[in-house]
Amino acid sequence: MQLTLKVWRQKNGNAQGRFEHHNIEAEEHMSFLEMLDVLNEKLISEKKEPVAFEHDCREGICGACSMVINGRPHGPQTGTTTCQLHMRAYKSGDTITIEPFRANSFPVIKDLVVDRSSFDRIIQAGGYISVNTGQAPDGNTIPVEKDQASDAFDSATCIGCGACVAACPNGSAMLFTSAKVNHLEQLPQGKVEHNRRVKDMVKQMDKEGFGKCSNVGACSVECPKEISVENIAALNRHYLSSVFVKK
Amino acid sequence: MKLDSKVPEGPLAEKWTKYRGSMNLVAPNNKRRLEVIIVGTGLAGASAAATMGELGYNVKAFTFHDSPRRAHSIAAQGGINAAKNYQNDGDSVYRLFYDTIKGGDYRSREANVHRLAECSTEIIDQAVAQGVPFAREYGGLLANRSFGGVQVSRTFYARGQTGQQLLIGAYSALSRQISLGNVKMYNRHEMLDLVLVDGKARGIITRNLLTGELEKHAAHCVVLATGGYGNVFYLSTNAMGCNVSAAWRAVKKGALMANPCFTQIHPTCIPVSGEYQSKLTLMSESLRNDGRVWVPKKLEDAKAIQEGKKTGLDIPEEDRDYYLERRYPAFGNLVPRDVASRAAKTATDEGKGVVRTGLGVYLDFADAIDRYGKAAAHSKGIDNPTSSQILELGEEVVSQKYGNLFQMYEKITGENPYKQPMKIYPAVHYTMGGIWVDYNLETNIPGLFALGEANFSDHGANRLGASALMQGLADGYFVIPYTIGQFLSNEIRTPKFDNNLPEFNAAEKDTRTRIERLMSVNGNQSVESFHRKLGKIMWEYCGMSRNAEGLTKGIKLIQELREEFYKDVFVPGDQNEFNPELEKAIRVEDFLEMGEVMMRDALDRNESCGGHFREEYRSEEGEAKRNDEDYTYVAAWEWKEGGQPQVHKEELTFENVELKTRSYK
Repeated sequence: MQLTLKVWRQKNGNAQGRFEHHNIEAEEHMSFLEMLDVLNEKLISEKKEPVAFEHDCREGICGACSMVINGRPHGPQTGTTTCQLHMRAYKSGDTITIEPFRANSFPVIKDLVVDRSSFDRIIQAGGYISVNTGQAPDGNTIPVEKDQASDAFDSATCIGCGACVAACPNGSAMLFTSAKVNHLEQLPQGKVEHNRRVKDMVKQMDKEGFGKCSNVGACSVECPKEISVENIAALNRHYLSSVFVKK
Repeated sequence: MKLDSKVPEGPLAEKWTKYRGSMNLVAPNNKRRLEVIIVGTGLAGASAAATMGELGYNVKAFTFHDSPRRAHSIAAQGGINAAKNYQNDGDSVYRLFYDTIKGGDYRSREANVHRLAECSTEIIDQAVAQGVPFAREYGGLLANRSFGGVQVSRTFYARGQTGQQLLIGAYSALSRQISLGNVKMYNRHEMLDLVLVDGKARGIITRNLLTGELEKHAAHCVVLATGGYGNVFYLSTNAMGCNVSAAWRAVKKGALMANPCFTQIHPTCIPVSGEYQSKLTLMSESLRNDGRVWVPKKLEDAKAIQEGKKTGLDIPEEDRDYYLERRYPAFGNLVPRDVASRAAKTATDEGKGVVRTGLGVYLDFADAIDRYGKAAAHSKGIDNPTSSQILELGEEVVSQKYGNLFQMYEKITGENPYKQPMKIYPAVHYTMGGIWVDYNLETNIPGLFALGEANFSDHGANRLGASALMQGLADGYFVIPYTIGQFLSNEIRTPKFDNNLPEFNAAEKDTRTRIERLMSVNGNQSVESFHRKLGKIMWEYCGMSRNAEGLTKGIKLIQELREEFYKDVFVPGDQNEFNPELEKAIRVEDFLEMGEVMMRDALDRNESCGGHFREEYRSEEGEAKRNDEDYTYVAAWEWKEGGQPQVHKEELTFENVELKTRSYK
């Protein structure tokens, strides 16, 4: 298939960016990133600089890929990361626009690569259970109801890619933060320091300059792991109650 | 060079407990003065960094990723083994030890493997306490499933994303230590050299991947947890960034690369679809619990399928060859990975492959769907279920068990595996070989340690499923935090190292020269094209089966490719900026040397064992034939710049298990 690509090029965080046009031939069995590999090989053969994009596992789990394809983070398919998107989703003659995730808290590093270290700092603020190695009791002394474990898992499946932020008109990180809070809150071992966790993580999230949530819901729609917007509702509830808890 | 494994005296089951109780300790006030560098933040690195931070050491952790959460441990699907015996099916520490030794085809170190089995139970406890959402039974207790090569159910899992959940557990423990100031985290930093001072590992040279700046980092010791080298084959189930560079730089400074030819080819991956292919995707081994592997009995059926004239559904039951069940009735579809992979190769070599390229076999769930459907109908009280009811109920059960894997398969291939049998083929997955370490996980360079897939010690010639996560976490949480004291207890009077020592400046200069050399070739071929060529040579001559003639040829081809690389590689951009092509070039340069050592090791080992299958050494039935008399040793290779690598041997002694022919029949 013949495709026209409109790719965002930006030398570094301080430089001005622009779209670059490329015509390329692709096959339907290629993954989207393999199509970009083909483009880069072509650019390199012309002694030009390839398009920088972040990628690693290429099986939808590491959360490295970070591009907006025709206006949608990770492209058109629900529950799919860019690396799992295949070219059979397109047809010959299509024009595809490729941009980096755009948010104030995700500054561009180069081309399609952005800095998402703000997510790490939110986790460092409290996205853990305070247990040192060796302190744990036998695993089966903490029974967890099957469905509850499953619900916790649904929240824990977040890959930290940042599509939720890129999808949100406010650049909010509520889905990311709430998924981590709820993953731990729904397990008995995570309840102990729950109130402190909620306050600390929300505080850090605000400090990083993420926008406010106005219940648009685009985050959940674009989330490649289909994390439910209910997490945000739960976080709002948890946050309110944590504020009223006596220290 | 004499390789001292430092295995403690005493009966096998008591070695670790006694040793742990008598090891040198470092007092808390001294820990605060000691600095530890940890390179890599996957399961082994993150768990080690977190635990040593908790203990009070000054830890500096490095990853080339933008966040520690991206390490490829995250992609492990199936599960993690532990000898909990929660299923009451006769499991024990000894049985896990025995299965691992046998599965590794008797080429691993007894004492290390037994310690691994002992630590396995603590890992599950630790992970549960961290909030890892393992699968549960209705009573709220932990669920298990079985995996290849064993007859008990000891694998703990979190849907098909066990690695992700365990890594997030270790990452959150690490994040906590970062926030407490015990660990200083360096994201987007790649280790490019190891620095020795007076023969001990005292630091590393890194490249800041955002700015290209070379940095000198000093510490009292260095821990490598940098994963395996499977990407030497270009196509593998590894992530694109997985590389051997940190380990290889250590080898260039005198560390030994042990058993490099022991590579694991995983039997259930999605087949290659074209020349542009960049990586291969694994379908978890857990699928073999319910999927049945087969190819058509008749060549004409296989040919029709390859040409797209028939599908698997057109082949009647009597014309299907369920070859694993036929050849290995005792283990059936659950034979270990090396056995299953070779059997697939045998079938496709006969021309019975079921994809366009001929390189694929079926993994069929129709029977499982039928069986589960009938059981579900029965438990719902449906007396005479219709076939469509059975199908619907059965698909529901299969979806609960493997839903995300089926979904992934469909995304990649565009085919629905509930309706059409899956197509799979073996692919490079894991490397059992790695840096030689003793019982303390210390290399032959004092102060340099290696953990997880980066070392060689626990899996012998073949790793069992769900054991990689176990080993990474055992090393990081429960072994290195103790054993590192054996080294550091003698360093309490050593002041912090100045990174302006001549050794650091010299290493920095060497690295700069090396990068400038790559940038200045300015040839006509991309780094990627060299990597692909190397991968093809490796797969052809050092892949699923090997022979002396091919290996000799392969070595020559790699040497030629290396020469061509320095004459014709083209690295665009600048070295003082974010430059992914330069990162790749540095890694491929190291792979080009590592590949040769793998081939030499494969050529030197005149036997077939585990993942290493030499065509000259097989039984009459075509099974791998070990040579215990001459090859019960670890081959540890020393790199000689400009000359031939030299092998050093550590004899393996088996005091507790009897060496037997591995039979899964």
